[in-house]
Amino acid sequence: MRRVAIVGAGMTRFVRRAQETGKELAWEAASKALESCEMTLDDIDCVVIGTAPEAFDGVHMKAEYLSDGAGAWRKPMLRGYVGGGTGVFSPLQGWYHIASGLFDTCLVVCEEKMSSCQPHPQGAFLTIFDNMTERQLEPNLLWIFALEMNAYMNRYGLSKRDIAQVSVKNKRNAALHPAALLGDAEITVEDVLASETLAWPVQRLDVSPVTDGAVALVLSSDTVARRTTDKPVWIEGVGWNLDTAYWTNRDLSYPTYVEEAARMAYKMAGITEPRKQINIAEPYDPFDYKELHHLEGLMLFDKGKAPEATALGITQRDGDLPVCPSGGLLGVGNPIAAAGLMKVAELFWQLRGEAGARQVPGRPRRGVAQAWGDLMQVGTVIVAGI
Amino acid sequence: MTMEAHVYPTVYLSQKDIDEGRALTTRWEPNARYAWDTGVAIGRYLEELKAGRLIGRRCDACRRTVIPPRMFCEVCFRPTDDWVLLQDTGTVKTFSLCYVTWNMKRLTEPEIPAVIDIDGASKGMGIMHMLGEVKPDEVKIGMRVRAVWKPAEERQGDITDILYFKPF
Repeated sequence: MRRVAIVGAGMTRFVRRAQETGKELAWEAASKALESCEMTLDDIDCVVIGTAPEAFDGVHMKAEYLSDGAGAWRKPMLRGYVGGGTGVFSPLQGWYHIASGLFDTCLVVCEEKMSSCQPHPQGAFLTIFDNMTERQLEPNLLWIFALEMNAYMNRYGLSKRDIAQVSVKNKRNAALHPAALLGDAEITVEDVLASETLAWPVQRLDVSPVTDGAVALVLSSDTVARRTTDKPVWIEGVGWNLDTAYWTNRDLSYPTYVEEAARMAYKMAGITEPRKQINIAEPYDPFDYKELHHLEGLMLFDKGKAPEATALGITQRDGDLPVCPSGGLLGVGNPIAAAGLMKVAELFWQLRGEAGARQVPGRPRRGVAQAWGDLMQVGTVIVAGI
Repeated sequence: MTMEAHVYPTVYLSQKDIDEGRALTTRWEPNARYAWDTGVAIGRYLEELKAGRLIGRRCDACRRTVIPPRMFCEVCFRPTDDWVLLQDTGTVKTFSLCYVTWNMKRLTEPEIPAVIDIDGASKGMGIMHMLGEVKPDEVKIGMRVRAVWKPAEERQGDITDILYFKPF
């Protein structure tokens, strides 16, 4: 397989309700990514488009609908769709387009416009519950997260305070992200604990916001990378894995599917001791407990120990293992597919030393990004390094 | 150069813009209705609910008894072997106290969704249902609960034939 590099990245601001259409958001991100590596669409061999439920936009074949804005006109195009895991799955698909030798360059565009769906985009999510045995109970999407969070807290004897620290860290990190929707340099654990209870143990500030936005990356082969930039960021490993859709039969306190995906990616990247060999992590954090859950699945901390590491400051931007230095979904925002790709873009900027005020110290050399989705059962992982 | 140059200055609308009619919008009400076939496994599951019973399927290869029942074992990837009648009791694996509806309307009394591991099925085989006849602050993980059924004549072959589970 050929080596594949990330050579360019761009994004829109993440906003609550964009004036732009989805196509226009896709164009904004794609054009910024091309501009960042001084390429034009003529340099692009193929396009991967990532976008989550069609029901958000109420349009059929959503990637095809977005395609003109995403630069796919008269090009081979593929849509990667694994729900919330899409943002890390799409660059992974771009990776095998190039690694296989089929293409030399790939534009990866992830877009989400959640604000169109009325009265609330949660409505579009309700079909994740089983149509025959669960939907009749009139469930609420928050239930799944609340049930999982409570199982995690109970298993390891964690308090709400242990978990709220994640939200505080990420929203503070996001205060320095120029595209962030919910950055807040002043937020405290008390603010999170005092926020409105939605579905206990989930409170308002434990959750990432409904967001519109798009992110794009340019991937290339080794040869093209070397003539495009003196700072290519290599995709060193990829992995993905799916658990059962019978979610009530799973161990809700540990994401085994994330561990399996991470093992696949680490093996490819030659990582035998992830805690020593990974310098930055961008785990998927739509809810604060999910960052902890995923850090454990990524084997960066022992089971049940990620909260303690967070309390010790290990996961702060200047800690031993900076986690979500971008500000994550909790701070930058959560336009589903775009949010996952934002994490890979953050690794790109951090590893190139271009993260500006958010730059983690110590010249990080390798990072991992991860997302989670499908019927709450898929783990998607990318390891990137310089 | 930092990444700031690669962020597009996306324009956004405020609630005020919308409230004051400065945003043009168009609406669409989807008309999509479905009539689902139950399949064999869920068909029997719903039939047994109507009769006031919970039922699972056993796989002789991995020796699991699963609920909801399925005609194939996703682990062994072979047909499951037999029907197994289960108890209508179980253990709360996890729960939530939910104070909002799906579209973010407030509830004064919380709904209590839970995953309940069903007695007679293999360890960890839970189903989602509601808890009732219990004070919110008294619900605990590990609590033993029993199904409260609708009267036989009102049951329709639906998961709601169980009203909720209550502690015992």
